[in-house]
Amino acid sequence: MNRLLAFAAAAVALAATPAQAQDFAIANAHVATGDGSAPMKGATVIIRAGKVAAVGADVQPDPSLPVIDGTGLWVTPGLVAAVTDLGLLDVGAVSNSNDTRASKARFNAALDVAPAINPASQHIKVSRANGITRAVVSGGSSNSIFAGQGAIIDTGADPDPVMKPRAFQMIALGEGGARIAGGSRNASHAELRNALREARDFAAGRWSGEDNLLTRADAEALGPVIEGSQLLLIEAHRASDIRAVLALKQEFPALDLVLVGATEGWLVAPEIAASGVPVIAESLQDLPERFEQLASTQSNIGRMRAAGVKVALNAATIENSHHYTQYAGNLVALARMPGAAGLSWGEAFAAISSRPAEAIGMGGRLGVLKPGAVGDVVIWDGDPLEVSSAPLRVFIDGIEQPLDNHQTRLRDRYRDLDESELPKAFDW
Amino acid sequence: MSRMMRAIAGLGSAVALAACATTGGADAGTKPASASANDFEKDPYPSTYRAYPGAPTALVGATVFDGTGRQFDNTTVLLRDGKVEAVGSGLDTSGYTLIDARGKFITPGVIDIHSHLGDYPSPSVDAHSDGNEATAPTTPEVWAEHSVWPQDPGFSRALANGGVTALQILPGSANLMGGRAVTLKNVPSRTAQGMKFPGAPYGFKMACGENPKRVYGGKGRAPSTRMGNFAVNRQTWLDAKVYAADEDRKRNLGKETLAGVMAGEILVHNHCYRADEMALVMDMAKEMGYRVTAFHHAVESYKIGDLLRENDVCSAIWADWYGFKMESYDGIPENAALLQQAGACVVIHSDSDQGIQRLNQEAAKAQAAGKRMGIDIPDGEVVRWFTLNAAKAMGIDAMTGSLEPGKMGDVVLWNGDPLSVYSRPEKVWVDGALMFDALDPKHRPVSDFELGQQGEGDVK
Repeated sequence: MNRLLAFAAAAVALAATPAQAQDFAIANAHVATGDGSAPMKGATVIIRAGKVAAVGADVQPDPSLPVIDGTGLWVTPGLVAAVTDLGLLDVGAVSNSNDTRASKARFNAALDVAPAINPASQHIKVSRANGITRAVVSGGSSNSIFAGQGAIIDTGADPDPVMKPRAFQMIALGEGGARIAGGSRNASHAELRNALREARDFAAGRWSGEDNLLTRADAEALGPVIEGSQLLLIEAHRASDIRAVLALKQEFPALDLVLVGATEGWLVAPEIAASGVPVIAESLQDLPERFEQLASTQSNIGRMRAAGVKVALNAATIENSHHYTQYAGNLVALARMPGAAGLSWGEAFAAISSRPAEAIGMGGRLGVLKPGAVGDVVIWDGDPLEVSSAPLRVFIDGIEQPLDNHQTRLRDRYRDLDESELPKAFDW
Repeated sequence: MSRMMRAIAGLGSAVALAACATTGGADAGTKPASASANDFEKDPYPSTYRAYPGAPTALVGATVFDGTGRQFDNTTVLLRDGKVEAVGSGLDTSGYTLIDARGKFITPGVIDIHSHLGDYPSPSVDAHSDGNEATAPTTPEVWAEHSVWPQDPGFSRALANGGVTALQILPGSANLMGGRAVTLKNVPSRTAQGMKFPGAPYGFKMACGENPKRVYGGKGRAPSTRMGNFAVNRQTWLDAKVYAADEDRKRNLGKETLAGVMAGEILVHNHCYRADEMALVMDMAKEMGYRVTAFHHAVESYKIGDLLRENDVCSAIWADWYGFKMESYDGIPENAALLQQAGACVVIHSDSDQGIQRLNQEAAKAQAAGKRMGIDIPDGEVVRWFTLNAAKAMGIDAMTGSLEPGKMGDVVLWNGDPLSVYSRPEKVWVDGALMFDALDPKHRPVSDFELGQQGEGDVK
């Protein structure tokens, strides 16, 4: 108990000064490591120097370490939300506050979200309070099928959100990309191939600058894509569109592809599995919202997983990114339904932690509690996939995070409606 | 052949039940015309819905949330002749089809007060965009039922995954006055009339705030501001009052609807986000002589729970949507719990073809947010948010929304606690007829649109 108090006092003291990673242990908790395994009971997690140092039921913390009693609580790695627009907007419908699209920009592939990310965004704060500690952030395609370069961020309350800038290039194919490219899928494929060839020419010093369609900046930005040192995320939904994406590997063998969306992925699951291309997939979409989604089903992820596809749950199509755990929980529920395909609890949790991390090249570092991984830890008041549960404490790189935000402040102000002494505006 | 036999056998009982349904519908439809300012045909597009046949069924041993707030453990629910016959223990079940419901849960059919299934159906292509008659800021003359496409695959998802047995289809929120809403039974039909809920009153969609002023301001016409919103509304009501009082009036579709609202026969469902605007709208209603039944979306209702209670206006809300537009910036997950604490009426709504499949989970999230701030709301009350409270605000609570004897046999058997993310509907009955059975792959509706397509008849 004394140790707990001391730990809390230290956290308060640290809040006033630049935050530092703390060494601590969480003992006797339900621990889900995020690697797809079932949760462990009565397990301990040790964080040292901002990293996970040890995890297990048989781990004994050094007596000098502050210990958080995890009795009755759940401990998991921080969630990894992919693909999101976190930090790129305040209010979606307020265009001046929204940096997700740039329909009048002179550039496309060269666009880089990193300098635009606002770590003080309320959506980052709300996501953090809901257990999301890392996010894959991308703009959307608007004036070109190329949306530009996305980043991997942390959601910490500090001025430095970007963990890896220019982590990937994002492209829209399918119906959306076809409209942007001029009106047809063939137009989007022509645009894609032309861009990749021009980028190859640029990288090889064969750039005339006169008969090119790309700007110099866009051609330069696609260099790492062509050589495979930067991931290429491609959004596609229809089974035939997914096949067309996989076929790109024959033409451009170095491409390091990730499929995004893949509503009909289950129809081509064996081909995706054979390609080794990871998928950040639609989860609960079960309606033919668009013709490219006719075969949509909530079993999409479960069926792909069963076929051996490396599949994560896409956070982009969820109304609020803090619905991430709820959607994963629904995949567990599906496993009990005849004819449906869901995920085990461990796999469902992995689909919002380690699988998205692996898909974006951060396997073993993010979204998992194993020695050497970042010290992103969430302590939950119950089963994190259950709708009634919420985080109690969140650590990023071993640093305890504040969980307050605009919403919690409104909640506290309007706990009652008493204005007998002063207006509500004085209640803060 | 056997399927054909079943269909023919079914017809006999359908005819028998139809008599009851017709009687019920006629009662509701033949109110003395003199009670209203309107003297035109009240029901020109009548419901042709008839309950499908169902066997007397006993669901035995479940945990039952009856929709009125009560919870019963290890209880039996009897369905007969399309109705809830009894809820209790020690009931005589001889002659009933027995369903072992031990370890399972039963609720009334889920009701969504805010849906655009049918008027914004899937696939959501321009040719299907039938929810906003965005050509004038007030279009009280349009009726959502004339836009409803009964082949929207969304109806079947709401049934199978959401346990939804009744829903209100509203016009969109581009207009201050969007038109009449229609309440449907969630049964597949060749026509929208075949889904119309017999005896349900019409709703009337209104909208405050950003949408109308953006849509019409953007066209260089009124309203372009919130004060413009009110001015256009008030003048429209004033004109309707003149119309209603004019004994020599010629028929006017829009004003007939407004007169019906002022006569209390049509219930106002008002899209509105901000607390200050809701307060003004309640006074506009008093000024003009109508009542607001429910504010929809109402993300700031928690700031005026007292006013909403005093005016007896429900808030039809999401659990936690916020921040997607300026007027939703102050949405908080504790909205429902704070309203409940203030004694105001809570309804959980979807406004989404996805959300309608998980209204039970939305309610559970709202309950949990309340619990974390010290507001404990019993599970039975939370179930009421998406059953009886919705029915009440739609004017159908005398017929459905709770498992009280004599009410429609609209029932969901869940495979676990409906307030858990891990539970799904196992069976759904509408008027005592089994319309979805998760354990029988053929017992699920498949819309015309999905026939012959990839994924036809899939679990979805």
